[in-house]
Amino acid sequence: MKNLFGRSLFGRTWLIAVFIFLYIPIVTLVVYSFNDSRLSTAWTGFTFKWYVDAAHDRELIDGLIISLKLAFMSATLSVIFGTFTAFVLVRYGRFKGRGMLASMANAPLVMPDVIVGISLLLMLVAMQKWLGFPERGIGTILLGHALIGTSFATVVIMSRLREIDHHLEEAAMDLGCKPFQVFALVTLPLIAAALVSAFLLTFTLSFDDVVIAAFLSGPGSTTLPLVIFSRARLGLDPSINAVATVIIVVVSIGVIASSLYQLRAGRRRQREVAEAYAQVKN
Amino acid sequence: MAPVIANTDPDVLLRIEGVSKVFDGVVKAVDNVSLSVSKGEIFALVGSSGCGKSTLLRMLAGFETPTSGRIYLSGQDITDLTPYQRPVNMMFQSYALFPHLSVWDNVAFGLRRDGLRKAELAERVDAMLSLVQLSKYGKRKPHQLSGGQQQRVALARSLAKRPTLLLLDEPLGALDKKLRETTQFELVNIIEQVGVTCVLVTHDQEEAMTMASHIAVMDEGYFLQVGTPDEVYEMPNSRLVASFIGNVNIFEGKVDEDEPDHITVRCPECTHYVGHGISGVPGMNVGVALRPEKIQLSAQQPNKAHNWCEGEVVEIAYFGAHTTYHIKLNTGMNLKVQQANLTRKTADDLTWGDRVFAHWSRDAMVVLTE
Ligand SMILES: Nc1ncnc2c1ncn2[C@@H]1O[C@H](COP(=O)(O)OP(=O)(O)OP(=O)(O)O)[C@@H](O)[C@H]1O
Ligand SMILES: [Mg+2]
Repeated sequence: MKNLFGRSLFGRTWLIAVFIFLYIPIVTLVVYSFNDSRLSTAWTGFTFKWYVDAAHDRELIDGLIISLKLAFMSATLSVIFGTFTAFVLVRYGRFKGRGMLASMANAPLVMPDVIVGISLLLMLVAMQKWLGFPERGIGTILLGHALIGTSFATVVIMSRLREIDHHLEEAAMDLGCKPFQVFALVTLPLIAAALVSAFLLTFTLSFDDVVIAAFLSGPGSTTLPLVIFSRARLGLDPSINAVATVIIVVVSIGVIASSLYQLRAGRRRQREVAEAYAQVKN
Repeated sequence: MAPVIANTDPDVLLRIEGVSKVFDGVVKAVDNVSLSVSKGEIFALVGSSGCGKSTLLRMLAGFETPTSGRIYLSGQDITDLTPYQRPVNMMFQSYALFPHLSVWDNVAFGLRRDGLRKAELAERVDAMLSLVQLSKYGKRKPHQLSGGQQQRVALARSLAKRPTLLLLDEPLGALDKKLRETTQFELVNIIEQVGVTCVLVTHDQEEAMTMASHIAVMDEGYFLQVGTPDEVYEMPNSRLVASFIGNVNIFEGKVDEDEPDHITVRCPECTHYVGHGISGVPGMNVGVALRPEKIQLSAQQPNKAHNWCEGEVVEIAYFGAHTTYHIKLNTGMNLKVQQANLTRKTADDLTWGDRVFAHWSRDAMVVLTE
C-alpha cells in the first residue's frame, strides 16, 4: 500500500518541518562542539580542542562515571521490581489490594518529577532527623530513580506479559515444572525482549534526570546532568558540547543497530513462516 | 454427596465421583458429574459451547480444583495433586508450543524435568518425532511449521512422558475442515499405537463419534447421557441428546395404547407404531424421535395404518452422496428426510412443490419422555 500522506506535498512539508524542529538543536550542538571560538555566536574555525579539554576535565569525567553507575543500578533494580510487580498484576487474577497496587505502580508515571523529588527529600530529611540515616548521596538518588523506573518497567513488562498465551505456562506446569521453573524456563525467555527494553528505558530515564538528582544528591554524588546544568548557568562551555556529541553518537549507533537487527529478524521470521506453508502445499 | 465406592474394577483407570466446580460462588460450570473411563479407551466429552467441558478437563489436569467431589486415577486419589505431580498430560487447543524452543526441545521439555540420562532422552524424543512423522523437523522453531505439523508436535510433546492419561482439548479445533478429517484417523492411530487412555473434548459430535469408544453428552455442567457412539445416536435418552447428536425430527404426542410388544403414539401429524420394548402410561406426553436417514419417500400412499405422513417438498439440498429434503406436513411441521443417492440424478427426481408420502419402519423411532 502506498502511503498517500507521505507522498502529498502537505505530507512532505510537514515531515520536513518535524525533522527540522527535532534535529536542528542537536545539529547546532554538534556543529558548535567543533567551533574554535568559546562563544556560540560566531564560527571561527574547526577544532578538536574541546574534546581534548573534556577528556581532561575531572569533574565531567567523574560525573559521567557516577551517572553511568547510577543508571545501571537504577535500571537493574527497576527491571527486577518491575518484573515482580507486573507478574503479580497480570498473573495473579483478583486479590485484595490489587487495585491499590496497580494505581501505586502507575502513580509515579504521571507524578511530576519535582513532586517526587521534593516528597522524597522531605521524607529523607525527616528520617535523618529521627534515625540519623541515610546520608544524601548516590544511594538516595538511586532510591528516587528506581522508584520512577519501576513504574515504567512495570508498564513495559506488563504489556508483554499480557500478550503471551498463559496456556504456555500451564503447558510447562503440565509437563512437570514447579512454579519457579515455569517462570525461569518459559516466562522469562518470552519476556526477555521486554526486559531489555525496560532496562534501556529506565537506564535513559536515570541517566538524563536533573530534577530528582538535584533534590536528592549530596556531596560526591554530582551526576553528569547536574554538572552540565550547573556549568550552563555559569555560561556555556563548549567542552560540554563535546561530551554531549559523544553521547549522541553512542546512542545513535545503539539505536540504529538495534532497529536494523529487529527489522532483519522480522523479515527472516516472515520468510520462514511462508516457507513452512509453501512446503506443505507442494 | 455421592457415596464413596472402592475402586475394585481393575479395568477402570479414571474415576470421577460427584465432581462439581463453582466459579465465583455462582457460575456452576460442572455440576455433580460422575464417570469412569476404562484403560486404553478414548472417551469424548461433547456439548455446546460453555457447557463445562474444558472445566472438567482442566480439573483432570489439575489446573482447577473441584469445589466438591473426588478424582481417582489408577485407584489413587489425585484430587489435590498439582499439575506437575500428576501422571497426566494435556494437549492444548492452541497447542501452546514454546515459541523460544525448537521442535526437538519442545518434545524433550517434559522429559528433561524427569532428569533422564542424555542418551535415553535423545532416544525417546527421536522415537516420538518419528511416531508423528516429524523426524526431519526437529531443528525448526514452532513458527516454521504449518498448522497440521504444529498439532503433531503438540501431540508428541504430550505423549513423550508416557502419561497414564492423555487429555485433548479440541485437538483438531484449529485445523481446517479437510485436514481435520484426515487428522482424526491419524490421531486415533497414534493414540492406539501408544495405547494411552484418552479423554477428549470437542464440540463436534461427528468427531466424537468417529474417534471415541464412549461419549458423554454434556449440558450446563451435567451429563445428559453416557454411552457408546451408537447407543447415544440410536437410543438417545432425551430430546436434547437426540437433537445435539446428529439431525432428528421430533414429533410431540400422547401414548395411545401400551401393549407388550409395541406402543402407539398419537401425534397431530400421524400415529406412530413403535415396535420395541418400551412402555408408557396411556395419555402420557412423549416425543418421538425419528432420524432423517431412516425415512423413505414415495409417490404412492403407503399401504399401512401407521408410520407415514403426507407433505410437500419445500427444500432440497443436494450433497452428492445424499440429498436432504424438507417436507412441509399438513400441521406445518418441517420433516427432514435424507435419501442416499443410489442412482445418478435424473430429471424425474423429486422437485420443489411435489406432494410426497414419507414412511418409516416400526423400529426406526425412539420414544422420548424427557
Ligand atoms: N475461570 C473462570 N472463571 C469464571 N467462570 C468460568 C471460568 N472458566 C469457565 N467459566 C465458566 O464456566 C462455564 C463453562 O466453561 P467451559 O470453558 O468449561 O466451557 P466449554 O464447554 O469448554 O465451552 P467451549 O466449547 O466454548 O470451550 C462457562 O459459563 C464459563 O463462562
Ligand atoms: Mg472449551
